Amino acid sequence: MIPAVAQQIWCVAALLGTTALAIASSRSRRSTALVYGATFAISLVALAGALFSLIARTGATELTLPIGLPWLGSHFRLDALAAFFLVVVNLGAAAASLYGLGYGSHESMPQRILPFFPAFLAGMNLVVLADDAFTYLLCWEFMSLASWALVMAHHREPDNARAGYVYLVMASFGTLALLLAFGLLSGAGGGYGFAAIRSAQHTPSEAALVLALMLLGAGSKAGLVPLHVWLPLAHPAAPSHVSALMSGVMTKVAIYGFIRVVFDLLGPPSWSAGVVVLILGGATAVIGILYALMENDLKRLLAYSTIENIGVIFTSLGLALAFQANGFGLAAALAFTASLFHVLNHSFFKSLLFFGAGAVLTSTGERDMEKLGGLIHRMPLTSFVFLVGCVAISALPPFNGFVSEWLIFQAVLQSPDLPQWVLKIMVPAVGALLALAAALAAACFVKAFGITFLGRARSPAAEAAGEVDRYSLAAMFSLAALCFLAGILPGLVIDALSPVAQAVIGHRMPVQANDAWLSIVPIEESRSSYNGLLVFAFITAAASLAVYFIHRFASRAIRRGPAWGCGFADPTPAAQYSGASFVQPIRRVFGTLVFQAREHVDMPAPGDLRPARFKVDMHDLVWERLYTPLTEAVWFLADRLNQLQFLTIRRYLSLVFATLVTLLLVLAIWS
Amino acid sequence: MHNLAFDIAHLLAGGLVLISFMMLYQDRLYALLNIFALHAVVLAASVAWQAFIQNAPHLYVTAAIALVFKAIVIPVALHRIIKQLGIHRDIETAVSIGPTMLAGMGLVALSMVLMLRVTGAADPLAREDLAFALSVVLLGLLVMVTRRNAVSQVVGFMSLENGLVLAATGAKGMPLVVEISVAFSILIAFIVIGVFLFRIRERFDTVDVGALDEFRGERR
Repeated sequence: MIPAVAQQIWCVAALLGTTALAIASSRSRRSTALVYGATFAISLVALAGALFSLIARTGATELTLPIGLPWLGSHFRLDALAAFFLVVVNLGAAAASLYGLGYGSHESMPQRILPFFPAFLAGMNLVVLADDAFTYLLCWEFMSLASWALVMAHHREPDNARAGYVYLVMASFGTLALLLAFGLLSGAGGGYGFAAIRSAQHTPSEAALVLALMLLGAGSKAGLVPLHVWLPLAHPAAPSHVSALMSGVMTKVAIYGFIRVVFDLLGPPSWSAGVVVLILGGATAVIGILYALMENDLKRLLAYSTIENIGVIFTSLGLALAFQANGFGLAAALAFTASLFHVLNHSFFKSLLFFGAGAVLTSTGERDMEKLGGLIHRMPLTSFVFLVGCVAISALPPFNGFVSEWLIFQAVLQSPDLPQWVLKIMVPAVGALLALAAALAAACFVKAFGITFLGRARSPAAEAAGEVDRYSLAAMFSLAALCFLAGILPGLVIDALSPVAQAVIGHRMPVQANDAWLSIVPIEESRSSYNGLLVFAFITAAASLAVYFIHRFASRAIRRGPAWGCGFADPTPAAQYSGASFVQPIRRVFGTLVFQAREHVDMPAPGDLRPARFKVDMHDLVWERLYTPLTEAVWFLADRLNQLQFLTIRRYLSLVFATLVTLLLVLAIWS
Repeated sequence: MHNLAFDIAHLLAGGLVLISFMMLYQDRLYALLNIFALHAVVLAASVAWQAFIQNAPHLYVTAAIALVFKAIVIPVALHRIIKQLGIHRDIETAVSIGPTMLAGMGLVALSMVLMLRVTGAADPLAREDLAFALSVVLLGLLVMVTRRNAVSQVVGFMSLENGLVLAATGAKGMPLVVEISVAFSILIAFIVIGVFLFRIRERFDTVDVGALDEFRGERR
């Protein structure tokens, strides 16, 4: 029996082999099926291995390979936390491979995608498995570059080159922050192994600095506001199954990095760390979903919604930090389990929604929702699973999104016990932000589903759409089934997550398997409990009864009345309710502040025959206030420094001389 | 005996620094070359003295190399170059003498402070030697920076290298191979620079490196 970690490493090796296979067979027509088939099989094996070591609680296994730095080697370790994230990674990978079997056949240039897809999967697996700082950073960068290559797959499309550039800059910046964080963690002694870092003592100022650097490094990859700018550009630019992986899985790998360092390696947290993470998480959730609401591009909307969910997860992690700093083990375990649960859920429904968006894209060629509509008639199966994804991400029972957000709110309700006044006041405030974000998310997905799938087709392309292939449908249906199962059987998931909480927090949530009727009880029966199965049964029964009564007693009766055109008197589809009109109330409430939105009505003078125009000005304040000044400063400096290229020989010599003398002076003064 | 040995080594190394200052002061090329030859002679004496007190016969070879190449061959060759180029009347400092001398004094003070502090545990002879050597290196760089003419930049570079040799011989146990290779690399650098000088001259009718800048369309 080979140890679990070695098994995972073999899977990674197989994925890298698939990359070689993809390069070798790039001219063959069968290569698409070959590569996605191989990654599907390998991901399933890796998933089974990770799931087994998570549920069977086999304990941590380690492996050292003699590659990498000569005196260090490459350390890999599979513990409960890594096993959970491997489950997330490989489940997403398996679904994306299955989807790719169908979606990939529409690809015009498969050789630009096929070699990088398995490499990307291998990179994500390796990041989770790494057990020393060097291997971690190397694999992190490998993952970033592989995903960058996938973003640039369609590099001739107008915005993709810019998306790739912004992504590359932000990814390098994030890796730089991580590099500094690990440098601080390993200290002057240079103990790069995670075991050495874990056992070392870290001063409070050091810990605060590492937290800030991790928020920059992992936060830029995960999409924390204001480091999120690359995400809505890069995620939609990639092919849809890769978008699903980047949004549903790669952001989770970043969260894994944050948890690994801040919860595991850094030692006991301080409560102020919790405050910072809470504020960032709450702000990210609300701002992310507001951006998503304003968006009319389906894939960009989904990418912005990812930012919201990352905010929710970070809020929950902040709660866990705050509780743990005060020694409330149970509450910390609750918040931590809730965040992991949401990680899992988000990987399910975000992948599902991106697959749905990809299906719409293949069958209509459109991402702009204002040119879609009425797809429920042309693509009934896709619209059903997309609806499931929308309901799940809107946190409506009985699906999985509700359970994790409910658990997070249960953790928020524990906050009055906290001793610090700052936390006592702030946690409910952040809870209110989360509630706002959840409500806005529901509105956002009503818009996404309603405008795309309901009504009448707004373009000939949408009119001519057809259902997608069986592989894509299989991938979407399996994810929808997982959303449903995790929603009605949350106790199983919580129990499966308990070894992770036990290992990281030191406490676990109460065992849920013993509760009657598959209820979940986060703290104790008298405070709160939830039963997904019961809610599902109730919703089904109530809905069936309502349908029955309406059809039995109302519809049959003949009534006479004036004809009402449903407010849809004009027969052109353009006169339908549009995405922009749907969000107008929300834009007026929040957009005036957050986006500086201003509405102008251009009314022609009396007698003038041209039509009146309605215009909305919106500003992306993060770009305008933060990134534009930054890029301008860099340009300015670069412009100034450019003159260094045209100095005289004597000036160059003087520069060398001045540098030497300055360094000697520094040495003379400080030594 | 030891005190005398120390005093003489000190005298020679200090003399090297003093001659570096003289080099800073010269604004005529011939005079600069003569001073450079003197510099090399003092260096050779210093190295020979080190060979004597360290009982290291191979250092005599180094001293001989310094004497033959740096004190005779290179200055004579440079003399000929200057004569062929017809630039022996040029006055060519880019920074005036006064500030240069002041800067040189500051550099010597800096290297004294630095070296005497950093090498606290070392042999006092080696300490003094290293401090002087660093001064000579910095002054050589200063000569290169403050001159406009390529020939005098070559001389500055050579005197910088003299400082390196001084440091190398002051520290005990430096293998002869290293010294010889350093000396030969300097010789080769000299040849390359010499050839280069003639190329500049052919092309631009001057060895003022400012001409290169003008050729590139740059202002000075």
